[in-house]
Amino acid sequence: MTDFMNFNIKDCPPIDEVGVLERVARLGKRSVKKDIKVQWLTLAITMMDLTTLEGKDSEGKVIQLCRKAICPDPNHPNYPSVAAVCVYPPFVELAKKQLSGTTIKVASVATAFPSGHAPLQHKIEEVRQCVQDGADEIDMVISRGAFLSSDYARVYDEIAQIKQECGPAHLKVILETGELGSLDQVRIASDLAISAGADFIKTSTGKVQPAATLPVTLVMLESIRDHYYKTGKRIGMKPAGGIRDSKTALHYLVVLAETLGDAWMTPDLFRFGASSLLNDVLMQLVKFDDGGWYQGIDYFTAD
Amino acid sequence: MSKKEKQTIPALTFSASKSYAPAPESNVHIGIEKEYGLFIDGHFTKNGSAKHFESINPSTGKVLSTFTLAGQEEVNTAVQAASKAYKHWSKLSGLERGLYLFRIARIIQERSRELAIVESMDSGKTIRESRDVDIPLVAAHFFYYAGWADKLDYAFPGKNVHSLGVAAQIIPWNFPLLMAAWKIAPALAAGNTVVIKPAETTPLSIMFLAQIFQEAELPAGVVNILTGDGSTGELLVSHRDIHKVAFTGSTEVGKKIMRKLAGTNIPYTLELGGKGANIIFDDAAPDQAVEGIINAIFFNQGHVCCAGSRLLVQEGIAPTIIQKLRDRMETLIVGDPLDKNTDIGAINSKAQLDKIHEYIKIGQDEGATMYQSTNPMPSSGFYCRPTLFTDVAQSHKITQDEIFGPVLTIQTFRTPDEAIEKANNTPYGLSGGVWTNKGAKIFKVTSQIKAGVLWANTFNKFDPTSPFGGFKESGLGREGGLHGLSAYVKLS
Repeated sequence: MTDFMNFNIKDCPPIDEVGVLERVARLGKRSVKKDIKVQWLTLAITMMDLTTLEGKDSEGKVIQLCRKAICPDPNHPNYPSVAAVCVYPPFVELAKKQLSGTTIKVASVATAFPSGHAPLQHKIEEVRQCVQDGADEIDMVISRGAFLSSDYARVYDEIAQIKQECGPAHLKVILETGELGSLDQVRIASDLAISAGADFIKTSTGKVQPAATLPVTLVMLESIRDHYYKTGKRIGMKPAGGIRDSKTALHYLVVLAETLGDAWMTPDLFRFGASSLLNDVLMQLVKFDDGGWYQGIDYFTAD
Repeated sequence: MSKKEKQTIPALTFSASKSYAPAPESNVHIGIEKEYGLFIDGHFTKNGSAKHFESINPSTGKVLSTFTLAGQEEVNTAVQAASKAYKHWSKLSGLERGLYLFRIARIIQERSRELAIVESMDSGKTIRESRDVDIPLVAAHFFYYAGWADKLDYAFPGKNVHSLGVAAQIIPWNFPLLMAAWKIAPALAAGNTVVIKPAETTPLSIMFLAQIFQEAELPAGVVNILTGDGSTGELLVSHRDIHKVAFTGSTEVGKKIMRKLAGTNIPYTLELGGKGANIIFDDAAPDQAVEGIINAIFFNQGHVCCAGSRLLVQEGIAPTIIQKLRDRMETLIVGDPLDKNTDIGAINSKAQLDKIHEYIKIGQDEGATMYQSTNPMPSSGFYCRPTLFTDVAQSHKITQDEIFGPVLTIQTFRTPDEAIEKANNTPYGLSGGVWTNKGAKIFKVTSQIKAGVLWANTFNKFDPTSPFGGFKESGLGREGGLHGLSAYVKLS
């Protein structure tokens, strides 16, 4: 058994939803343009976990996605690669092979994604297999059923045991905030996941609406900040699901930059879980580089 | 964790707030005249033989326009015009008066972007606030009182409602248009006519309001505008033919007005200074409380009579709150008021900036610990760094006097009773805030604080339906809501 004493629900501060919405609205009015826009959009590419998580995923799809991850725009080979490719467990080995020789990480969802309803032993087996196959990062889901029935000890133990199983692989803990019901719960889940050993906390599976939102992200970032104030340890953040355009991505970066600051403006500590975002960002960057007009979507590769 | 270990954690750094590209609101299309006369009897007077003064843009220090300094003769003319107009205006049906007010409100909405830019240029406040707070509230006040104009019998059931006559109104420089709306809208709705004097440093935006009155075809003389300094204001409230005085400004001038009006039967309302206490209990949502503290003291550069300028934090959470507050201050952008990214604009005038700097010096001399944000400051214009003072007590001058700038004092307390005692231990009683996650505590604490406006888990929220005003040296009477309307009527 793991040491549940790391977590005490009384240490979780309350969240005032009205205040969070006001703060997010205010940050949403920041104007990000010109140099810093280009700089942040380029950064956004390097922070992207290019994702395919569908029942119909196949080897062919994963191979194509890996190619897109390495070279997002063949007409602009100077644009950076994305941070990681995120796939279901059966495709880890293949993705690893496709991405060999690059710095792009392979992330695998695990622990009976997306519901999390499976015996713990199965979850551990799944993670062990992913790591064996070469996954650099594990995106696990918490047991929301246990969490919502206040069985925090069980959620904590699962995370802690999965963390042990990860070995060198980074652990991202998906809270599935769309199922948690309130920002107070989001905060509790964030603190719980961090105290149990998460390297990253992540909003959503992408399978539940609402997925990532700015208010939820702000609350999670504040949890990360409080952990930093207390321990000096930097935990990463990954909003995932529903971030489809550059403007939204820039809003997330504003919230990040003004909540956690410079040290977190790196793919080591911030990721976007997204698939369609990449082409919208490319469209914006190409506009800056190629003379100030937008190209149609047909000029960007869809993989 | 011991203190020593804690110090090894590097502070968070925030360079984003220094790297946003400038995003200024364009002001090339704003037609500011070279000089302005007075607005009397529906027309702008020629800027003739009278004395003049200049209004400057506090963000650049450059002259915006020249204004007439109204003397005795001009005051007489304006009051005469208002008296003449009163005969007709007070006899109009409430419905008709309401129609004029609705029309004014709609034109304000239509011209809101223009008004926001002018307001920011004249007062130094950020476009974020003039666009999102001031101007929408100006329109809302006209809409609100427009609605009452034909329902006065319902506003005061069982009474006969009479207007007063000519209202003499003097407004401050911190919310020039909003204060004009607070005063003009209820006066007109109740059937009074108005002579209003804007502050010496912010006479510009009300000239745009005068144009709107013309555009709305408000009958001549119903609203008359006298620009000038303190002497103009004194002449106005000393005039024999006024029937009501409404003043917003310093406690010092408020007292002078009270003396002047003592023994007359002229009713008056005074909205004066404040030194509001913002109380943070240890069960409050900390990150949102920090945002509330920022909003309470740095809104409008701290030029807010109801600012939460005294922070009272429960001792146990004080270190956390102060650490978060400092980090938050690092992301505050001080700069061009017209830039959409600016959080804190320019101090309204050189004189006010000097006064704030003097208090900052007093705080340091008194032995308080000062912290200021390290962000870059504009090289010209009147700007002040957001400033915190810790290690302060009730007996410090900086916790007693209204500084009217971005300067916050932080004290700690242990029990609710101690917080209430400290909150009330001031000659003022205008505003206050309470932050706690416990509903019962909100009611228990706020009911014991002697202040006109109290906010729970928020700060600096305004609405035309809500009365606003002070206790003790913060003034007499209420503005806004039905209370605000009742100050402009006689009941029988």
